[in-house]
Amino acid sequence: MSGDILSKFAGALASGAVRVVDLTHTLSPDFPVIVMPPELGQSAPFRMERISRYDGGGPAWYWNNLSFGEHTGTHFDAPIHWYTGRDLPLNSVDTLPPADMIAPACVIDCSRQASEDADFLLTVSDVMKWEEQYGRIPARSWALLRTDWSKKSGTAYANLTADGAHTPGPDAEVMRWLVAERDIIGFGTETIGTDAGQAGHFSPPYPAHHYLHGAGRYGLQCLTNLDQLPPTGAMIVAAPLKIQNGSGSPLRVLALVQERSTG
Amino acid sequence: MTGPFLKPKRKNPLARTTQPLLPPQARSRKAHGLTLAAATGRFVLQCCGECGRYTYPAREACPNCLSSDLTFRDAPTGGSLLSETQIEVTSDPYFREHMPWRTGLVQLDCGPIVIVHLHGGCGGPGSQLKLSLQLDRAGQAVFFAKPVLEVPHMEDDPQWREMTADPRHRRVLITDGRSPLALPMAQALKKAGAARIFVGVADRWKPLDQQALLAAIEGVEFVDLDLTSERSVQELAMDIGAKVEILVNTADHVRPAHLFDAGAANAAREAMDHTVMGLMRLAQAFGPVMRSRGADGAAGAVAWVNVLSVHGLSNVPQFGVHSAAHAACLSLSQWLRTELRPGGIRVINAFTGPLDTEWFQTVPPPKVAPKAVADAVLDGLKRGLEDIYVGDVAKDIEARLFDNPKAVEREAGQ
Repeated sequence: MSGDILSKFAGALASGAVRVVDLTHTLSPDFPVIVMPPELGQSAPFRMERISRYDGGGPAWYWNNLSFGEHTGTHFDAPIHWYTGRDLPLNSVDTLPPADMIAPACVIDCSRQASEDADFLLTVSDVMKWEEQYGRIPARSWALLRTDWSKKSGTAYANLTADGAHTPGPDAEVMRWLVAERDIIGFGTETIGTDAGQAGHFSPPYPAHHYLHGAGRYGLQCLTNLDQLPPTGAMIVAAPLKIQNGSGSPLRVLALVQERSTG
Repeated sequence: MTGPFLKPKRKNPLARTTQPLLPPQARSRKAHGLTLAAATGRFVLQCCGECGRYTYPAREACPNCLSSDLTFRDAPTGGSLLSETQIEVTSDPYFREHMPWRTGLVQLDCGPIVIVHLHGGCGGPGSQLKLSLQLDRAGQAVFFAKPVLEVPHMEDDPQWREMTADPRHRRVLITDGRSPLALPMAQALKKAGAARIFVGVADRWKPLDQQALLAAIEGVEFVDLDLTSERSVQELAMDIGAKVEILVNTADHVRPAHLFDAGAANAAREAMDHTVMGLMRLAQAFGPVMRSRGADGAAGAVAWVNVLSVHGLSNVPQFGVHSAAHAACLSLSQWLRTELRPGGIRVINAFTGPLDTEWFQTVPPPKVAPKAVADAVLDGLKRGLEDIYVGDVAKDIEARLFDNPKAVEREAGQ
């Protein structure tokens, strides 16, 4: 039976009936990373230093040494990332249950609101309106907040001013509600973090981190190409690096999308 | 007389770039007493502790009383010209490129007779002169004589320019535009006639506080430069490496951390990455091209300035990581100095005490204003110094280290 499902799936991939969408930004030295007050510890940006390139360091081969923080580029947050998830079982990327690495996604399009207001906050009523149109968010789904923020770059992407970052995200209540009432497996955004730029001022501070990780759920951020996903029905493949006791990792995030025309 | 040093013409791209050569370098170990003085802008000669007479050249015993009690002491800088020689032809490869060259024999007010390089504004025999010890292109100490009174375009004398690193008509790279030093440095360089001032900025997606003020300085051009990224440093060198005649490395990374703190290794690694490895990346990218351009016209590559913490000379626990990073920078800088010497590039270290900036907010005065560092660096460039101590703390530590380094170490830990 399972062989039958997977062979159909293979056929759908081969025929193009199922399209693979890459939701990942290229890991590059210039991609903004989260900025903490300078007296606190900082996430190392992505860096690549050459070992050899068909030269004296290695005549026939090209390879590099990499360095980066766990939370660099398009990346995954595990529950152990936040204090609320520190005592949970299986809370780090190496113990993450493999079954959780593949899950369906609901894409909530707030690109219009985010274009009008950099500090746009997703609320419960926004999600309920979405549900009126597309149905209730199924349990163990990813809730992905589409803002088209990924189309910005550099200064506009980070959008830092003297009072901190101004980027859209969820308010505190919608995060509590999505986890408690909709049982989402995780929350994903196009911005630098799962939380809004000003979320340090919310109650609790950084509510996406607080509620998601406190309940053993996950975060995805710096996603791109969310505009290529349908509101429902996409399957997300998000497998972080298996880093011992790791709190997160850059990863390749793929979405499997069934083309409508080939129903 | 010296005419004004006019803006050099653009280089003929079909002409071979003149390769750097150095003046004769042989010196005795004793004579490096003069090197030490020239490096810091002092004028010293050996002085006998027994009979009190000054002597030159450097020797082991006093030629007057044979006492071995000879120490280098500050000496009066006055003298009168006995004779002068304008050299028109020489077999020395370096001086051949700089003919004619004016030299003279000077009777110093304090006794000895010395051979000097003679400024174009000096009068003939009998005229009164003011002497200094300068480091020539080879980094060795030589006597240089100038007129006592200021003459027009005094700093533009071609022989004097060989002994200094004057920014006039030169292009400068300030490596860290986010440093509080960047703005006063750029302003001072502009005032000194720098042709262009490249200002490196990392993470352009973050706001730059001094952007408008820096941009208002004519000749300032922002360039992407992140010293923690090999690629960023290399790419900038590919663009402007052959346009940088003076490099001013203002990079720093001050973060308080206790040696036993859990996160101290991270703080140390970050500090080392920004400062030591940053200097290493800069050296790899800009060192070779600057070294090759040491004789590229009258405004060729001439100097590399590192702004260092004086605590790199002796650790202060309050800024332990910072001290350690700057000690490593100093070591690297000495290495760089040796590597750049064949190009006649002067590596200048400006040692400063705590700056009057946010990271030294809790440190009591005296602190060094960023403008004071900029002024001292400009003074060092124009006078051709190698080691500059900026501010009371740095000067105090320099003097005490000379006297008793162990005392400096003990007192810093108390």
